[in-house]
Order: sequence, then structure tokens, then C-alpha cells
Amino acid sequence: MSEENPHVKAREFSVLYRDRPAVKKVTLSIVRGAVTAIIGPSGCGKSTLLRAVNRMNDLIPGCRTEGELLLDGENIYAPGIDVVALRRRIGMVFQKPNPFPKSIFDNVAYGPRLHGRLTRQELAERVEQSLRRAALWEEVSDRLHTNALGLSGGQQQRLCIARALAVEPEMLLMDEPTSALDPRATTRIEDLIAELRGSYTILIVTHNMQQAARVSDYTAFLYEGDLIEFGPTRDLFTRPREKQTEDYLTGRFG
Amino acid sequence: MRAYYSTRHVLDRAFSGLGYGSVALMALALVALLGPIIGKGLGAYWFRGTVEFRLFVLERFHRGNAKKIGIEHREAMRAREPFWAVLRAFEAEMESDSALRRRVGKDYHRFQSHIRELLGPIPGDSPPLLMRQQYGQTRWDRALVKRHQALHIEEWDYGDGTGMGVRVWKPRRLLYAGTALEPAFDLLENHLEAMLRPRWTWYGRFLTDESFDAHFFGGIWAEMLGTLCLTVFAMLVATPIGVLSAIYLSEYAPEGKLIHLLRLFINTLAGVPSIVFGLFGMAFFIHALNVTPSKSVLAGSFTLALLVLPTLIRASEEAIRAVPQAYREAAFSLGASRWHTVATILLPAALPGILTGTVISLGRAAGETAPIIFTAAVSMGEPLRWGRLLTAPTPALPWNLYNLCTEHAAVDEIRHVQFGMALTLVALVLLLNMAGIFLRARVSRQLKV
Ligand SMILES: Nc1ncnc2c1ncn2[C@@H]1O[C@H](COP(=O)(O)OP(=O)(O)OP(=O)(O)O)[C@@H](O)[C@H]1O
Ligand SMILES: [Mg+2]
Repeated sequence: MSEENPHVKAREFSVLYRDRPAVKKVTLSIVRGAVTAIIGPSGCGKSTLLRAVNRMNDLIPGCRTEGELLLDGENIYAPGIDVVALRRRIGMVFQKPNPFPKSIFDNVAYGPRLHGRLTRQELAERVEQSLRRAALWEEVSDRLHTNALGLSGGQQQRLCIARALAVEPEMLLMDEPTSALDPRATTRIEDLIAELRGSYTILIVTHNMQQAARVSDYTAFLYEGDLIEFGPTRDLFTRPREKQTEDYLTGRFG
Repeated sequence: MRAYYSTRHVLDRAFSGLGYGSVALMALALVALLGPIIGKGLGAYWFRGTVEFRLFVLERFHRGNAKKIGIEHREAMRAREPFWAVLRAFEAEMESDSALRRRVGKDYHRFQSHIRELLGPIPGDSPPLLMRQQYGQTRWDRALVKRHQALHIEEWDYGDGTGMGVRVWKPRRLLYAGTALEPAFDLLENHLEAMLRPRWTWYGRFLTDESFDAHFFGGIWAEMLGTLCLTVFAMLVATPIGVLSAIYLSEYAPEGKLIHLLRLFINTLAGVPSIVFGLFGMAFFIHALNVTPSKSVLAGSFTLALLVLPTLIRASEEAIRAVPQAYREAAFSLGASRWHTVATILLPAALPGILTGTVISLGRAAGETAPIIFTAAVSMGEPLRWGRLLTAPTPALPWNLYNLCTEHAAVDEIRHVQFGMALTLVALVLLLNMAGIFLRARVSRQLKV
């Protein structure tokens, strides 16, 4: 985990919705292979920052950015960037599990089918491998061709992780991936994040500070679009440098 | 208890009462409408057919057991022999009694023509020209009407002084009392069944038989085929355009004044009276574009397609918009392009809604009359042939139903055809709707668990 060669680097990076800034001049480096948590009160711009990384904000009319966001040193907002190729390198998991209304197999195979010319055999292997990595294989191997909407919420979320992994991304973006799940399913997802750590750079938004403390190596604290504090999770939680961070962590607002 | 009489409560009850009332009224109207259509319409398919009917089917369509029908026909002819004998005897009597001839000669002519309509040509007649003159009544219900006309003289009684005549039926036999014709009336009254041999008949081929002699005989194949072709081609044109427009409007169009205006136009178009579409279709497709020099299935289909397009676009757009945003985001995050997302995620998920719109449009296209009057429909015509499926004009159920009820030379004689057409049209639309509902249910089930 070298800090000299960050996977993603934001430089004076802002996101604006119709000229109203939601993320203001943020500068930070995300370490390759580490788990980085983004915390902060509701509406502070966590999702906006996360979705800027795979340019999902492009879908929102009137949304634009300033500054630079570098992926492996390349500005992803530079003109001529292939957004489809970019998104292929960065998987995303959403707050509410959103499997397609298709079979479990077709859900996981959706990405690979889009991009590569895989043989049937290779595709089946890719699906199995992705489901195994998402710790779902044991539970669904005998019903791969049933509708994904028949799975439980926790299973659906792991399926969405498997679906993202099947594209073989370098990085995973997770926007409150457990907020719609019960404690047991949450634990499974957190265990999974721990297992994926090292193989993928993971950026996770969470409302749950215990969760941030449990799963992340680094934590960024955002407040009203400003990056207040960023550093190793242990440091930020035990000796916060900023007053606002401390207030938030001790529950004085948020 | 007080609350029971409060204004709000009374209003509430009044409204629910109105609600129930209007639902009941709807149900009643439906029964009142569908009852006769089904009851009388079935009469085109299932009726008491006479030997004349079987003979007609054998001679024109070469269907039925020739030997059995031959025997039956001979038996019927034998049963008519005494009747013809009475007629001959009476004619001989008139020959010798000129006073009698002067008294009833004219009425006897009328009687004879009733008999020709009832039983077909009288022996000794020269071969008639029209097909309807070559056969007797093919349906027992019509035969009974004709018998009534033969047995009675229609007179108008102006006695009540209002100037409005009242129709009275006077037994014809009174006029012929004491003459040689008298036994004829008994024969007609008591032995008509032996002469015509009615039997309950299922005529399913009504749907697929061509008609003869201005619908006096045969079925409604030309109209059926015309309506099917018009509807199918209209939908083949309208569905892709409609769905593509809906995709553009919901997924690609930038929100703005122009698109807002476009939507307004589409919604307005949905409310334009269909006769306007008919006129426009003729002016645009036939005169301006000249797709065909005159009326044709093609011009009619285009016009119908235009008519259903707004409905189709609206239904499809709503269906596509209703697909959860989460699906779009998931697809985009996996690196799908916009078009790919539409093709692999949005369209499949929106399919039930699109199907509903298609089916509603299909029913509308099948049943519309006004748009095809100037662009496709003709009153009398051959069924469409393979080579000229698109370029020829065609009869069609809705238009010809209207035509047969109003402009036909003998509206009363072919009531069964009119009701049969109405039933067939209703059944066709119902069937299409059912197919749509069934398909929709199947697709929805696949999308859910
Ligand atoms: N599509 C949008 N159009 C306009 N403004 C938006 C849009 N999405 C978010 N915003 C605004 O941007 C700011 C940041 O929103 P964002 O969703 O990033 O917050 P968040 O930190 O993820 O909040 P939460 O914890 O509630 O998810 C908010 O003030 C929000 O109102
Ligand atoms: Mg959020």
C-alpha cells in the first residue's frame, strides 16, 4: 500500500448541481488496494463525490465538475475519455440492492457479455468465480437460472457485488451498501469487504461510524461539501485533528 | 349518532351511491348491448338450415355429402309436388274463368313471387338470373317470415283518422275461398317442414366463406380478411415507430421547450376525431404521396397507424419511464451504453406496459370505421389475394357492417349477416385483447419472482 502511487487522486475537485456546489475543492488520495470510507452527515456530498469517480453524475442534467480527478494519473474528466471503458474499470454497488429482473446467471453475466467475447464455458466460469468471490455461490449454485428477485435482500446485495466483480474492475464504489439490510446480512457484507480488501481498491460511503471503523483503512470526513479531515481510520477515530470531526464522531450533530 | 347525519356523511353516502349506480348502469348497458349482439349474432353461425342451404353449399362450395343431399332434395321436391299441383289446377281454373282472373289475377302474381322467394323457382319458370332467385329460403326463420307473407295480404288501416296507417295482416285464403287454390294455404301451413326440411346447422364457415349475391348467401371472409390485413399492417407500421419515439422521448430527448411542445402535439393528436384522420389519410397518402393511385390496404393501414400512434407512444413512454431508475444506474455502472441499456434492460422491463398499449391500439385499429372510408374500404369486393394484399382496396368489418345496415338493397333480408358481422368484430377485438392480457401476464410473471 504505497501512498506515493495513489489509485485515485482528487485535486481541487468540485461537483456542482446547476452552479450549486455539492462537493467543494476536495483534494485527497485514495490508496490502491485499501478500503476508504467516506462519512459525514446527510446531504454533505458523500454520494456526489463517490458517483463522480465513475462519472455516474453525467446522467444528471445540469451537473458539472471543476478541478481534476485522476485515475492512475489520468484525468477522467479530460475531453475524449471513454466513459464506458472507465466504468468498466470501476464497479459500483448501490444503497438498495438492484439486481435486474433476470436470472441470477444473467445478472452476473450481464457485464462480461457487454464487453468481452467469452465462450460459453468461459462465461460460466466467470459467473461462478464472481459468485464465489461475493460469497454467494454456495447459496445459489443450484438455482442459477431462477429469477434474481427471488433472493433475500442480503443475497441480492451480494449478487450485485458479484455482478460488479464479474467485469473484473480494479475498484469498487459502494454507496451505503448495507443500509437496507438487517444486521446479519450486514455482517456478511462487511466480512466480504474484508476479503476483497487488497484485491480491489474500495471506496465506501457509510452512515454507520462503527462500520467505517470496522472495515476501512482510511476515512474521509465530509461536511457541507468540504473535506474536513482525511487520514488513517484509527487516527481519525481515536485522535481527530478537527473539532468538527470530533463533534460528529461523538454524536453531537449529524 | 349525530355524526351519522352530518353533511359529510350524507355527501359520502351520496357519492358512493352514485358510484355504485354508475357501475350498475355500465353493467346494464353492457348486457343490453352485448346481449342482442351475441344472441342474434350467433344466429349467423347456428341456425335451422333448410335443404336449400345444403344444396347451395354443395353446389357453390362443393361441401357436404352429395348423395345424401341429393336424396334429401328429391324428397323435398316430392313433398312440394302436391303444392305445385294445386297451383297448376288453380291456373287452369283462372284460364277458364275470366271473372276470377280479373278479381285475383294481380294478387296471384304477388302470391307467386312470395312462393318463389320461399321455395325457389316454380316448375316451368325460365332459369332465373340472380342467385337469390335460384334457391328457396336457406334459413328456417326467414322461411317462416316468407310463409307469413304468402299466407297474408298486407293492408293499411287508416281508420283512426290520424293519417297514420296501421298495418293489418288479412288472411289471403279469404280472397281465394271456393277456388282451386284453397288447399295451397293448408299445405303451406302444415307441410312446409317437409318441403324445406329444416335442421339445426352449425355454419362455422360463415367466417371463412366468401359471400354471394350481395351477402344473401355465404359468409364474411372478404370483410374478415380485410380487417385482419388492415389491422396487422397498421400495427406493423405503428409499433416500431411508436416504441422508438417513446424511447427517444423518455431516454434521449433533452428536457426543453421543444420536447414539451412535441408532447403537447402528440397528446392533442390522440384527441383528434377519427374522420379527420380519414380525410388526412386520403389527402396525404393517396393524393400527395400517391402510395397507391386510389384506395388500398396500404393507404388504410398507414392512416390507422397514424391514428393509434399517439396512444401507442404515450403508453410505451409511460411504461419505459416506469422502469426503476436503479436498473438504468446498474446498467450504466457496468459500462453499458445508452442504447444497450434500452435494448437489454429497459425494453424487456417495459414490455408488459408496451404490450398493453399495443393491444389497446390493435382493438382500436380493428374497429375504426371513419379512417378507412376514404382510404381503404369498399362496400362490395373480392377477398384480398396474395399478390395484391397491400395495393388493393378491400371490404372490412366495421365499414361493411355500416354499409349492410344502411345502404344494402334488402336490409331486412340479411339481418343475420349484420349481427354475425357485429359479433365477429366484437369477438375479434375481445380475442385480441385476451391474447394481449395473456401475453402480458406471461411476460410480467417472468419479470417478477
Ligand atoms: N440530482 C441532484 N440535483 C440537484 N441537487 C442534488 C442532486 N443530488 C444531490 N443534490 C444535492 O447535493 C447535495 C449532496 O447530496 P448527496 O446525495 O451527495 O449527499 P449525501 O451525503 O450522499 O447524503 P445522504 O447521506 O443523505 O445520502 C445535497 O444538498 C443535495 O440536495
Ligand atoms: Mg447518499
